[in-house]
Amino acid sequence: METLISNFSVGLFFWQAAIFIILIFLLRKFAWGPILTAVNEREESIEEALKSAEEARLKLAELKTDNQALLNETRAERDAMLKEARTMKDGILAEAKANASIEGDKIIASARESIQQEKMAAITDLKNQVAVLSIEIAEKILKDELSSAEKQKALIDNVVKDIVLN
Amino acid sequence: MEIPVIVGNGLIVIGAGIGIGRIGGSAMDAIARQPEAAGKIQTAMLIAAALIEGIGFAALFAG
Amino acid sequence: MRKNLIQHFILALLVVISFTTYAQHSNDEHAKSEEKAWGDLSKGERKAEIKKVINHHLLDDHDFTITHGVSFPLPVILWDNGLQIFMSSKFNHGETLAESNGNFYKVHHSKIYKTDAEGTITMDDHHHPTNVKPLDLSITKNVFVIMLMALFMFFIFKGVAKAYKSGPMPKGAGRFLEPLVVFIRDEIAIPNIGKKHYKRYMNYLLTVFFFIWFLNLLGMTPFGIGVTNNFAVTTALALCTFFITQFTANKNYWSHIFWMPGVPKLMRIVLAPIELLGVFIKPFALTIRLYANMTAGHVVLMSILGLIFVANSWIAAGPFSVLTLLLSILELLVAALQAYIFTMLTALYFGSAVEEHH
Repeated sequence: METLISNFSVGLFFWQAAIFIILIFLLRKFAWGPILTAVNEREESIEEALKSAEEARLKLAELKTDNQALLNETRAERDAMLKEARTMKDGILAEAKANASIEGDKIIASARESIQQEKMAAITDLKNQVAVLSIEIAEKILKDELSSAEKQKALIDNVVKDIVLN
Repeated sequence: MEIPVIVGNGLIVIGAGIGIGRIGGSAMDAIARQPEAAGKIQTAMLIAAALIEGIGFAALFAG
Repeated sequence: MRKNLIQHFILALLVVISFTTYAQHSNDEHAKSEEKAWGDLSKGERKAEIKKVINHHLLDDHDFTITHGVSFPLPVILWDNGLQIFMSSKFNHGETLAESNGNFYKVHHSKIYKTDAEGTITMDDHHHPTNVKPLDLSITKNVFVIMLMALFMFFIFKGVAKAYKSGPMPKGAGRFLEPLVVFIRDEIAIPNIGKKHYKRYMNYLLTVFFFIWFLNLLGMTPFGIGVTNNFAVTTALALCTFFITQFTANKNYWSHIFWMPGVPKLMRIVLAPIELLGVFIKPFALTIRLYANMTAGHVVLMSILGLIFVANSWIAAGPFSVLTLLLSILELLVAALQAYIFTMLTALYFGSAVEEHH
């Protein structure tokens, strides 16, 4: 300890203190200030960049879920529309079928009716023709039968014969 | 009988050595138990060791 | 900028070499006579010789000695009835008297004493000179190195700061130094001082860390310029910490020293002087720790190197050289560790000074 104190150099102490204090102030002005500010600024900008990246990521994720929801909704809507269309189609088809069958039945019925009518008309016509023909035939036969007096007489005789007088 | 200074110096060094050794050993144990707190333990270890060392040096130079 | 710095250094080196060529010549004969005698010395004498060399190596000097016999003079500034300024070459490495304005001075163990015209130094019983020591403000070897280091740090860190003007990323030396700056901020300042107050102390912490670290590393070079193993230097550093702590301390700090809260009244009276003593012991411990660590490192390294010369054989040279190399690597670690611990404890003291009441 005594040697330490006796060897203590006042000059060295003075110069060291003076130079060191000057150095602190010089470095504060020219080095530490700018360096620390630059480092701080950079760290802040990095932090900000990270934060905004995180925000963007969240937004993107949100957008993605939004998109998904939209997609799902659209898909559901499409499905519903398809379904509706299908039922509508079925309905229309069924209705058309029903309509068609009714119409067909109607047509068939009217056809049948008209056929019946035609048939009746034809039958009536035939009947008339048959009557005319029969009359013609009968006329011819009568003409033939009644061509001579004897035949007329024979007929009269025949008819008279049938007539039974009560 | 006067004990030579060098014997005292030896005792100081032994004492400081044991002290710093114990601190170091305990710090190792602590780090092994909690590796995630290694930084804090190291700092505390260095400070404690530095304090013992300071006393040791003070005693050496006072002698 | 960097190129400019290198040019300056080369220029400085050239100046140094031109000085030394003159100095070397006058020393050669002296060195030769010493070398011849070495083989004839006994082991005890060799040990004493090496001890002398080590002691001399640890002391400050008025000449800048780069290696044995290669040195250049530095200005001597004395306050003795007015300023006395002359170059240290007047002492001829302590062999002759220096005369300035009718006063005579002599160097004894790297200290300047005032003597009469014959240069007699009277000794007391403990072999301490009783001559008058004038106030010595010389630019000694260590002061010169401190000045160079201050310039070096100023230009290096100014360059680092300048690089940020062209972009947010560090360039050149900044790539290496910026992580250290951030380390001191994040691992030393903020945990110990707190987020609220740490900015005030950053300038001091950064300066003191790099200053001590660089000087410690410089001490590892073979030029023998261990500045931090000088008691006056570490005292100046620790006193800076001490004064900054006291002047920036808040009410809470003082109340913890003089009127410890949460302790019985009688204990407070007992604790106050102990705490007050602690205030002064803390910077003293800082001083001693740095000084003793660096000194011890140098003494051990030089002693082991000295063993080669004590044994004076080639067989000893190999193992001791390897041991010195290994210890040198350890010393490199210690150089950084001591700078770290000094800064760390400084931050801790600052932290206690600005701690809020809770």
